[in-house]
Amino acid sequence: MADTSDLVLDVKNLKTVFFTNSGLFKAVDDVSFTVKRGETLAIVGESGCGKSVTALSLMRLVSDPPGRIVGGSIMLEGTDLLALDEAAMRKIRGNRISMIFQEPMTSLNPVIRIGDQIVEAVRLHRNLSTKEARNIAVEMLHLVRIPEPARRAREYPHQLSGGMRQRAMIAMALACRPALLIADEPTTALDVTIQAQILALILDLQKELGTGLVLITHDLGVVAQTAQRVIVMYAGRKVEEASVEALFAAPKHPYTRGLMASIPAVPAPGIAAQERLNEIPGTVPSLVRLPKGCAFAPRCKLAVKRCEAEYPPLADWGGGHLAACWRAADVAEVA
Amino acid sequence: MSEVLLEVTDLKKYYPVRAGVLRRQVGTVHSVDGVSFSVGAGETLGLVGESGCGKSTVARSVLRLIEPTSGQIRLDGEDITHLSKTALRPHRRAMQIVFQDPFASLNPRMTAGDIVGEPIAVHGLATGQALEARVAKLFEQVGLRPDQMRNFPHQFSGGQRQRICIARALALGPRLIVCDEPVSALDVSIQAQVINLLIDLQKQHGFSYLFIAHDLAVVAHISHRVAVMYLGRIVEIADKDELFRNPRHPYTQALLASVPIANPLAKKLAPLVDGDVPSPVNPPPGCAFHTRCRFAMERCKTERPVLMEAGDGHQVACLLNDGTGRSQ
Repeated sequence: MADTSDLVLDVKNLKTVFFTNSGLFKAVDDVSFTVKRGETLAIVGESGCGKSVTALSLMRLVSDPPGRIVGGSIMLEGTDLLALDEAAMRKIRGNRISMIFQEPMTSLNPVIRIGDQIVEAVRLHRNLSTKEARNIAVEMLHLVRIPEPARRAREYPHQLSGGMRQRAMIAMALACRPALLIADEPTTALDVTIQAQILALILDLQKELGTGLVLITHDLGVVAQTAQRVIVMYAGRKVEEASVEALFAAPKHPYTRGLMASIPAVPAPGIAAQERLNEIPGTVPSLVRLPKGCAFAPRCKLAVKRCEAEYPPLADWGGGHLAACWRAADVAEVA
Repeated sequence: MSEVLLEVTDLKKYYPVRAGVLRRQVGTVHSVDGVSFSVGAGETLGLVGESGCGKSTVARSVLRLIEPTSGQIRLDGEDITHLSKTALRPHRRAMQIVFQDPFASLNPRMTAGDIVGEPIAVHGLATGQALEARVAKLFEQVGLRPDQMRNFPHQFSGGQRQRICIARALALGPRLIVCDEPVSALDVSIQAQVINLLIDLQKQHGFSYLFIAHDLAVVAHISHRVAVMYLGRIVEIADKDELFRNPRHPYTQALLASVPIANPLAKKLAPLVDGDVPSPVNPPPGCAFHTRCRFAMERCKTERPVLMEAGDGHQVACLLNDGTGRSQ
């Protein structure tokens, strides 16, 4: 595809497993993707599909035991993160790659002032005096549009509203101007009007700073409004990848199609309200007892014998639109 | 929707804020501040709003799970606001609730069958084999297998657990089911299953729903009429189609504009409101929304708008254009 010089992140065949009493979980199974400078890649899927473990793997934050990254490579700006020792990784984490989480209250230290938490992050990676770092902290709070940043910097997390806390998290994550930002459900805990503000903020800052963004979400609406490219995950595997336009225009995987049909739409002029939502029968399979073939086959209307026996490879349907489905060619026929 | 089943008039619920060693009252949370609405027989009224707007407090007050500060709740024409616990008991059969979190609202030590059968046993409607047969029928109605009656809640998935909660709510043949964010904790593909189930059950039994959610799309799908709440008050109420086609309150407009649309070609996210919801401890005087409103005028800071008829049963509480809330 594009030339590789502006690739920020290149993940190849990532495999993360968990060793538990009930058996071996393949939480992330052979997942590959890339992110370019200034690009937004969305990873969508339902709970348990492996999207958050993928994010934690990129940060090398999967706790071992019980988890372990057992294969693949994660190249960040040409460095393989999986080859680094913990000390070297610590220099990169929060500096070249950083992450924001769903619940800002649990990821901020409740007994340290907001400004000091940003100062700590900045001074860890940059050789600055406390005063210089403090100026950067206030500047960052200003950048994320927190009113009265100098006063807010002296406040504790509990004094901020949910939206403000998430802004503070973003300020902290971007303070060292990372090449890659991972946002794991950054707006799920927020109200819809605040969500719109935060998403707009993340996209503005990304454009301004040229950061690559991996956005993890379950909300297809958020994906459509923010991402350039999308990965759909199911039971630990990447089942589809495409540009956002191609994916929403013609999804190739029956799971993606089912997901899109199952979300209710806000009625708008010209769009008739659906009588009944399209449901995907059954539930997500347990990762311990995955079927031999396609993990989605038991819930799939199109499933044939082959789907149960053989896992479908990712095939290119043109323009980098990848889908792992034996029946991808017939998906469009079935409503 | 001719027959009115539930009528709520000027419902208020205030909570004291206490501080200091002497626990002196230092303020009041205006959780619900004068809410009136009605739900017709067989109708679904959706109640939307952001966190802290008082929608769950309304739900619980309607069922008398919490005692309202003032106001009136009439079920089938009878005032149940001040009934004693014993006097209320026969009415409890008529109204049930389904909570958001199916993990927290089921007793982990009871079997699914016992959970669903408990209300029937408590009201002394059936025992022994008759009870078991009724529970088995309820399981079938909500799409569970009767042989799952012996399983415990942890053996079910989230969606199945919500089905158990629905079966429990159905057990006494209610006329009103209050659903407090019933699908918010579920994955999208499961959410669709539960919403379809709720709609199917209503078609079969003809009961009413008071459906509370923060997700506008879900509310739009299931409701006949929709009320929008902001800081303890209803700011707009209308038929579903009318509300979404022609939102009149600036807050409703902002809410609708904030919903990310699952179509990359559709208009991009445009946040129409800045800032956060003010604290309900000291809600702004006048119109509570004036601090975030694009159209706020001087009047809005002092005058409190009341719900006014704006045609076709569309009511809106906004001072713009003499209460019709028309923004253009």
